[in-house]
Amino acid sequence: MTELVRRCIAGDTRAAARLITLLESQDRAAYMALYRLKDHVGHAHVIGITGPPGAGKSTLADKLITQFRARGLKVGVLAVDPSSPFSGGAILGDRLRMQSHATDLGVFIRSLATRGSLGGISKATHGAIRVLDAAGYDIILVETVGVGQSEIDVVRVADTVVLVSVPGLGDDIQVIKAGIMEIGDIFVVNKADRDGADRVVRELRAMLETQAQLTRGQSPAAGPDTLAARDPDFMHHAGIEPGTQPESAFSEQVSETPPVLKTIAENGTGVAELTNTILKHLDRLASTGELEHARLESIKYQLGQFVFEEIDHLLSATDLTNVRDELARKVFSRKTDVYSAGMALFERVFQQGADHGHSQA
Amino acid sequence: MERKIRVLVAKPGLDGHDRGAKVIARALRDAGMEVIYTGLRQTPEQIVSAAIQEDVDVIAMSILSGAHNHLFPRVVELLKEQGVDDVLVFGGGVIPEEDIPFLKSKGVAEVFGPGTPTSKTIDFIKTNLKRTLS
Amino acid sequence: MADNEKLEQDFNAWNAKVEKANEKYPERKKQFVTGSNASVNRVYTPLDQGDFDYRTQLGLPGEFPYTRGVQPTMYRGRFWTMRQYAGFGTAEESNARYKYLLDQGQTGLSVAFDLPTQIGYDSDHPLSEGEVGKVGVAIDSLADMEVLFDGIPLDKVSTSMTINAPAAVLLAMYIAVAEKQGVSPEALNGTIQNDILKEYIARGTYIFPPSPSMRLITDIFEFCAKQVPSWNTISISGYHIREAGSTAVQEVAFTLADGIAYVQAAIKAGLGVDDFAPRLSFFFNAHNDLFEEIAKFRAARRVWAHLMRDRFGAKNPKSWMLRFHTQTGGSTLTAQQPDNNIIRVTLQALAAVLGGTQSLHTNSRDEALALPTEEAVRIALRTQQVIAYESGSAETVDPLAGSYYIESLTDRIEKEVLTYIKRIDDLGGAVKAIEQGYVQQEIQDSAYAWQMDVEKGERIIVGLNKFQVRENAPKGLLRVDPEVGERQKRKLAALKETRDAASVEKALVSLRNAARGSDNLMAPILDAVRVYATLGEICGVLREEFGEYRPNVMF
Repeated sequence: MTELVRRCIAGDTRAAARLITLLESQDRAAYMALYRLKDHVGHAHVIGITGPPGAGKSTLADKLITQFRARGLKVGVLAVDPSSPFSGGAILGDRLRMQSHATDLGVFIRSLATRGSLGGISKATHGAIRVLDAAGYDIILVETVGVGQSEIDVVRVADTVVLVSVPGLGDDIQVIKAGIMEIGDIFVVNKADRDGADRVVRELRAMLETQAQLTRGQSPAAGPDTLAARDPDFMHHAGIEPGTQPESAFSEQVSETPPVLKTIAENGTGVAELTNTILKHLDRLASTGELEHARLESIKYQLGQFVFEEIDHLLSATDLTNVRDELARKVFSRKTDVYSAGMALFERVFQQGADHGHSQA
Repeated sequence: MERKIRVLVAKPGLDGHDRGAKVIARALRDAGMEVIYTGLRQTPEQIVSAAIQEDVDVIAMSILSGAHNHLFPRVVELLKEQGVDDVLVFGGGVIPEEDIPFLKSKGVAEVFGPGTPTSKTIDFIKTNLKRTLS
Repeated sequence: MADNEKLEQDFNAWNAKVEKANEKYPERKKQFVTGSNASVNRVYTPLDQGDFDYRTQLGLPGEFPYTRGVQPTMYRGRFWTMRQYAGFGTAEESNARYKYLLDQGQTGLSVAFDLPTQIGYDSDHPLSEGEVGKVGVAIDSLADMEVLFDGIPLDKVSTSMTINAPAAVLLAMYIAVAEKQGVSPEALNGTIQNDILKEYIARGTYIFPPSPSMRLITDIFEFCAKQVPSWNTISISGYHIREAGSTAVQEVAFTLADGIAYVQAAIKAGLGVDDFAPRLSFFFNAHNDLFEEIAKFRAARRVWAHLMRDRFGAKNPKSWMLRFHTQTGGSTLTAQQPDNNIIRVTLQALAAVLGGTQSLHTNSRDEALALPTEEAVRIALRTQQVIAYESGSAETVDPLAGSYYIESLTDRIEKEVLTYIKRIDDLGGAVKAIEQGYVQQEIQDSAYAWQMDVEKGERIIVGLNKFQVRENAPKGLLRVDPEVGERQKRKLAALKETRDAASVEKALVSLRNAARGSDNLMAPILDAVRVYATLGEICGVLREEFGEYRPNVMF
């Protein structure tokens, strides 16, 4: 493992690829390996590309790679596609669009299956980003699965989120309105040569303007049109308690209306401008201190996630499963109630976790 | 946790007949594997570099044009050059039986002709993986 | 009506009796289906025909809606054109095979090009490595084309060329060879496939994105209408759609949807529908389910006639006629017990003839293994000749018309085709439906379902999943000389030494300028071809100007 880490830091493609595989398999030793990468991460600019299915995300990613390469930057790509809920298998086809970069040594493309995650990226995405960061990639593009309205985890891993829309998907604007508007730092209307592109741009601008006004006028947590108000559950997931975070990362990001750009990814039109806009966004984040803030928020979230996953992991151990089943029977036969039983189970988990941590140290 | 089997399904060469490749991709997915589909007109260089980045266990290639004797061995050769020795490589398509010994001697693990059931391919992968899954 | 009521009573009584007997002596299967998985009734009667109207649904041969055929006398006038698709190696080798086929009584040529030619690369391009001369003949320049047709008078044969993305270039070369033989373009007969949409859908030899590809196609329509009036400017192909795994209905539906897209593009480019529509031709597959296939051809003719007359307002009856070439189904051939393929091909060829095809290619028994040998090709051709001269199928027009089963199948296919066409219209037409991956996904679903049926033994393929035998590896397969690539490269290098480089340069610059504008591209392509600019050079210029197509793959 140490050897793998050393080679990864030295920029060895195979080592990086193998580390990602181990992270995907939730290999304990690989988690430990991430620790050794810590002095080598934090340098990459992570860009999320998200949007509804058929928006042309992969084609856009392909053209962005070309642009970043022309600027002398090394590019890592993590392309996420859904796993089949039936077989657990997956067909990962995003790479197909980017295969012309396959033999470029400055480009690393990895397809990830969601493996049951519902947030649009896979559990291993965090770790994979750190691996590519440590391996020396300047830009890391994270292409999410085609989002509906709740697949917004990408905001937790990316410095810049590009939300791609496209004319002619019917109620595309509705999809965006319903929940993912807030996560976009840059909006792209792709396939802009199609009928209706200008209308989509106008509507997006109007919505973003309204949103910015509302946010300026009111505190973000109490505002009528914020994520917190509409989807407290998300805020909870994100580790943010409504009302206790006076300076949410979101409020600052929307304080300036996000740009809306038109592209035709197919022939590259508008992609150079998009690239500049992305790079400018990072500059602004860095100079205002927002980057630090956002990354800190992201780490808080990851910590929360990690704890959830660990508890999940512990719960799946046989002895705790037995305890749970026994408690369940007691609740069923009304010897106890679900809350008391839950507290009892939680204490056992806690105990087990402490032992587990002890044995690790 | 057990690792997933990852398979690169590629069409080297110029022929555009991807019915077989797509049927196989689906069958492997339905057997619980993760399939990276790279599509048509792939050079051996592209295939090998994708296989490394994707850290696959298997490279499955399909050719119907008759260029197999040239392209399959080239993929194996490039893998060797890169020091990769734990990837299972096999092929399928319209390939005369008399070419199979040559291809095997070049390191192609198996060649599946027309009419091969997908279940046979799945079993072949499961029993011939070069890397362990745990 | 009263008759039908009585019949219905009889039928219900009979059916009840049969169902009862069925409990004791069950039929072979619970459900009977066609080759395309459509359910098949126990028996067909007039009850299945609903409000059948002979005059509007069938009409007479050579008359609207052409259900019974596009000519009044069909094969009583003359047989279909027996046309075997052939070509491999260098132009010299293919030229010899063509002369052999003509000697054997074949009546038209069908040129197979190798993959580099089909994708617009010269033999010395890195991607051509290993592919030169493999699935067809390698053509780099007019020099190769001159050899390919050496000693074959182009005013006497009709030549079909399976070429799509670079069709304009190969057509230009053909015209230039004819010029050298002293044959004028008006005297040329033949077909270019020129059907880019099915390349995106199923066959994969595309080069440019849809919009410039459609421009090249309509440029050819316009050019040929004036200069090469007897040329079939496109062969709108369902063959490869079926090979990719579609059902019979999907084959017809997606082919006709492509046809609609070409007609719309040509009208949008300013052509009058009756100026180009008579030169549109089609290309279908023939699979094993004899009746479904026959009905498929009849339904296709009827749907197209209505589309052209009612939707596009064509006035010339020739615009209403769906004329088609048929090839027997390559994907139905088995590598196991290959001699059985001769029987499959016979059934398929019979379906094409009973369905009223204008020309026919019969596959050879060894094609699941390699390119066919001369002997295998001869048997395939003989199969057509036996059907023509001995089976009696060619002695009357549309002999199966009026069969309750055939007419019921024809009606069903027509209805389902129209449903698909409507859906594709709703998606914005064939080009959009392809870009969104809809058509491809429908085909993949059918292909996967078929494969699973075969693997579960729900569909029997003789020799493959039933009646297997131990076999030795087949011997004596055709092998393309591995040196072909090198020979072709040397020829190309020699050509580049001897041709007039300055005129080539000049011609390519004019072509580039034309590509940037909107002038018809045929004239500058012809000029470039005449001075021996290579296919790769010409397509290279167009690649730079038009960009390249990237497929949308969905599962």
